[in-house]
Amino acid sequence: MSSDFPRAEVQTLMLSLADDELMLGHRNSEWTGYAPILEEDIAFSNIAQDELGHSMLWYILYEQLAGKTPDEMAFEREWNEFTCCRFVTYPKGDFAYTVVRQYLFDEAEQVRLKAFANSSYVPIKEASVKILREEAYHLLHTKGLVERLGDATEESHRRMQTALDAAFPQSLGMFETLEGEEDLVTAGVFPGNKQLQAEWLKRIVPVLNGASLAAPVKDPDGACSIKVSPDLGGRKKKHTEDLKQLVDDLQAVYRTVPGAKW
Amino acid sequence: MKLDEETIWQELGKITDPEIPILSLVEMKILRSVSVSDEGVKVVLSPTFIGCPALDVMKNEIRSRLAALGCEHVTIETTFSPPWSTDMLDDEVKEKLRVFGIAPPPRTGEELVAVLSLPVACPFCNSSHTHLESAFGATLCKQMFYCDSCRQSFDRFKPI
Repeated sequence: MSSDFPRAEVQTLMLSLADDELMLGHRNSEWTGYAPILEEDIAFSNIAQDELGHSMLWYILYEQLAGKTPDEMAFEREWNEFTCCRFVTYPKGDFAYTVVRQYLFDEAEQVRLKAFANSSYVPIKEASVKILREEAYHLLHTKGLVERLGDATEESHRRMQTALDAAFPQSLGMFETLEGEEDLVTAGVFPGNKQLQAEWLKRIVPVLNGASLAAPVKDPDGACSIKVSPDLGGRKKKHTEDLKQLVDDLQAVYRTVPGAKW
Repeated sequence: MKLDEETIWQELGKITDPEIPILSLVEMKILRSVSVSDEGVKVVLSPTFIGCPALDVMKNEIRSRLAALGCEHVTIETTFSPPWSTDMLDDEVKEKLRVFGIAPPPRTGEELVAVLSLPVACPFCNSSHTHLESAFGATLCKQMFYCDSCRQSFDRFKPI
């Protein structure tokens, strides 16, 4: 690695990705045994397991630079030390909200991982190529649900639109600027969140509109096209009580007997 | 005693995938490389699905088998270069999956999504009158299909 490798900034990036996947994976796992139909119970349990696996991979990449293990990072931090976006921390809500959230997240993963596949930092590049193939299954599933539920019945439309109205401003938090992000862009680690968000909008708006769902976006290609203010703060560790509840739950077993071997 | 790599390949080839007990680590192409040096034995694995819990089971089994052979210093690494793909499975291995009742994965190349819309033959009666019952299955590597000819549900190994 050259001397101008932005080590600290790459750690920040790895941690933000790992924390996002961990929290969303946990929220999805809350559907195990509770989803509206068996197939969705299986789907969201599988997606949860995949996302937890992806979080571990990002934590391992973090460990290679920072020396802290995935267990330490997932189970020994306080809730206000995580750098996930707020979007992934909110309660699972109505099943429509879970579907919309997962769809918006899956599309963000597509643009992010495709950009990472050209990263100057080889471990990110290799991990992304692998994760991207698994993510194909998630996107196929959640996109299909959005397309079918968006205009299936009056009730399904209403619930999906309500979910989107809540989820959209939150979802912009996925692209909150990271500390030292310009150094990552300069070093060719990734193209930056602004660009990722623009590419993401180009993907989601036609799909949502095609499903009769209105996104608060004027023109996905325009510069100032978003009509709502984003729900930011997560990357700066400013969270709501929802994350405290989630982390209490997530760490309950680990904290009962710290260091236990299974 | 210093073991040679061939002996280790043979020993580790006895370990089966806990989720697909008819196939070994070697047949699954999970075992990528074995190297012996003065520092000990290094084993490199390529994970199938990243979140697959079977990987830890396999790592434990590798350690205990190598310990039984007298290897004290064992390091197990994972690699994603190149990423594990069902395209790595040999035809004989895919046939074993089919006989076991799991529809084998088709070749994907770069076109994973396109391959997912192709018909899937029933592993029991070979009919193509089947439909996807659930895009996800009992483990991360499988999805559920139903055969409309012999009216049997079956697992399909997800192409990846």
